[in-house]
Amino acid sequence: MDKTFSGRVWKFGDDIDTDLIIPGFALYIPKEDQMKACMSANRPGWSSLVEPGDVLLAGHNFGVGSGRWIGNTFQWLGIVGIIAESFNGLGMRNCINVGLPVLPCEGILDLFEEGQVVEADWGSGEVRNTTTGEAITGQAVPPVLQDIISSGGVEEMLVAEGFLGGKREFGVNA
Amino acid sequence: MGMNAVEKILANHSEVDVVRPGDVVVVDVDVVVAFDYMRDDVLKIHDPDKLVLLHDHLVPAPTIAAANNAKKMREFVEKFGVKNYFPVGQHGISHVLVAQEGLAVPGEILANADSHTCSSGALNVLARGMGPSEMTFILCKGKTWYPVGPTTKVVLTGELNERVFPRDVIHYIAGQYGDFAGRNLEWHGDGLANIDMDGRLTMATISAELSVEFSLFPCDDVLKDYLKGRAKRDFEGVGPDDDAEYETTIEIDLSTLEPQVVLPGHVAHNSRDISEVIGRKVDQAFIGSCANGRLSDFKIAAEIVEGKKVADGTRFLVTPGSQEILKEAIKLGYVSTLMDAGATVTSSTCGACFGGHMGLLADGETAITASTRNFKGRMGSSEAEVFMGSPATVAASALAGVITDPRDA
Repeated sequence: MDKTFSGRVWKFGDDIDTDLIIPGFALYIPKEDQMKACMSANRPGWSSLVEPGDVLLAGHNFGVGSGRWIGNTFQWLGIVGIIAESFNGLGMRNCINVGLPVLPCEGILDLFEEGQVVEADWGSGEVRNTTTGEAITGQAVPPVLQDIISSGGVEEMLVAEGFLGGKREFGVNA
Repeated sequence: MGMNAVEKILANHSEVDVVRPGDVVVVDVDVVVAFDYMRDDVLKIHDPDKLVLLHDHLVPAPTIAAANNAKKMREFVEKFGVKNYFPVGQHGISHVLVAQEGLAVPGEILANADSHTCSSGALNVLARGMGPSEMTFILCKGKTWYPVGPTTKVVLTGELNERVFPRDVIHYIAGQYGDFAGRNLEWHGDGLANIDMDGRLTMATISAELSVEFSLFPCDDVLKDYLKGRAKRDFEGVGPDDDAEYETTIEIDLSTLEPQVVLPGHVAHNSRDISEVIGRKVDQAFIGSCANGRLSDFKIAAEIVEGKKVADGTRFLVTPGSQEILKEAIKLGYVSTLMDAGATVTSSTCGACFGGHMGLLADGETAITASTRNFKGRMGSSEAEVFMGSPATVAASALAGVITDPRDA
C-alpha cells in the first residue's frame, strides 16, 4: 500500500476554522457551491485556483470548530493531503475518516514557500520539499488508523461489510 | 504509575487494562446522539437502545430541505424502533437534553456529531464531537477510536465575585493558555464546589473552542445531586488514581477574575478583561446555545434587564436550550421580564449560534453573544463581527447598546 502523497502546496495560517472551510450559509447548498464557498471569507477566489493533486499546508489548530465534512470538501477540490503545525482533533478525524491523509508536523510552514512541491509519507511522517531538497519529520498516522485511509474511509468499510447501502452525498440532504 | 480519570474511562471501555498518552484506543460507545437527519440507506445498526435522536439545529424546520430531513429522522425512528426520541414539542439542543434528561451517566462514553459534545464532560462522561461519517460507523458498529492525549489538571480555588461567571472562567483560560489541541482538561479543586451544573456545562461546552479532546469534571456531590431523579441508569463516577500523571497543572483563584470578553475571529489567546472593550457599539445581543441557554442564564438576564429597556438600535435575542427550560423560564416570570424590556425570546434551537436561522447578522454589524463561537461568518455575514461574553455581559450590553460591564448594570 502506497502511503505517500505529493503535490504543489498552498499555505494557510493558524486557526483555520470550519466556518472558513464550510461556511454556515454553504451547509445546505449543492456540492459545487460548497466547493466555491471554501475559504471564500479569508482567501476569496482560492477554490478556483486549486487543482487536483494539490496539498494544503497550515499553521496551528487546523480544523477547529464544528463537526462538518471538511475532509470531503477538500477531496472534492482535489486536495490529496493536509500537513499542519497542529490539528484540532475533530478536524483531523473528519479527514482521516473519509480517507484523506493528514500529518501533524511542527515547522512545516517554515519549510515551504507557496507553490513549491511536497512529498510526504504518512506511514513514516517524513516530509520533503522537493523544490529545495530540505526534509523534516512529522507524526505518522497511527498504525490503527492507517487501514481507514487505505480503505478510502469508514463509509467504504461499512458499505463493504453490508451496513450501508451507499455513501452519503453532502450538501444535498446534509 | 496510575491513570487519570480520562485514561481510566478509556481503559474501562477498551480491551486494554492501561492506556497512556500516545496510544490510540478502540472503545465501546455507551450513548450515540444524532440530530436533525438520519440517512435512509442504513441497513443494520448496532443497538437502537443506545441511540438518542432529536431535532436541534434547524427546528422547527425553516426550509423544505430541513423539513424533509426531519421526516427522514422520524422514518428512522420508526424503522429501527428507537425509544429515546425527542420530537418537535419536546425538542432541545442535544447537549442540553442529555444533561436535563440524564441520558448519559458518569463514567460512560458518549458520541455525537456536534462539536460541542464535550459539554457532557460536566457529567463525568467522556464525550467529544465526531464527524458525520464516523457517526454512521458508530451507529452501525457501536465502536470508535480515540487518540490518548496528555492531560492538563486545572485546579480551581476560591469563589467567583459578583457578576463574574463560569463563562468568564473558560474565556480566561482560553485567553491565558490558548488552545489545547490534542490534549485533555481535567477539572479539580475546592473552587468547583462553588460552580453549579449550569456553569460546569458552560465551561465543558466552550472547551471545544480550546480544541480539547476531552474536558472532564469529577463525579462530586454537585453532580450527584443534579442527577437525582434524572439519571437513566445507576452509575459509578470515575476519578483519577492517587498517583495519576498530568502533563501540566494550571491553578486559578476564581476570586481574582474579571468578566472576560473574547474578541472577534478566534478564541485561543483572544480574551480581554472587559474594561478593555467597553463602549463598543452592538447591533445584536444574543443569549442561547448549548453554552448558555439554561435557566440560570435566563435568571441573570432577567435580573439585569428588569424594569429597563433594550437600547434603541439594538436587538436582544434569547433562545432557550430546551422546551423544558423555556417552560420553567415562563413559569418563573423570566420570559415576561425579558420581553417587557424589549427582548425577543424564541423557541429552543441552535438557531442564531451557527448562523442557521432566527437572528443572522447583516454585513458590517457587530454582536455580543453568549453562544459558542466568534468565527468570521459564524453568525451570518462574514462581514459581521462577533464578541463573546457571559449572559450578564450580553444583557447589560443590550440595555446600553454598547459592550458594558455587568457590574455597572
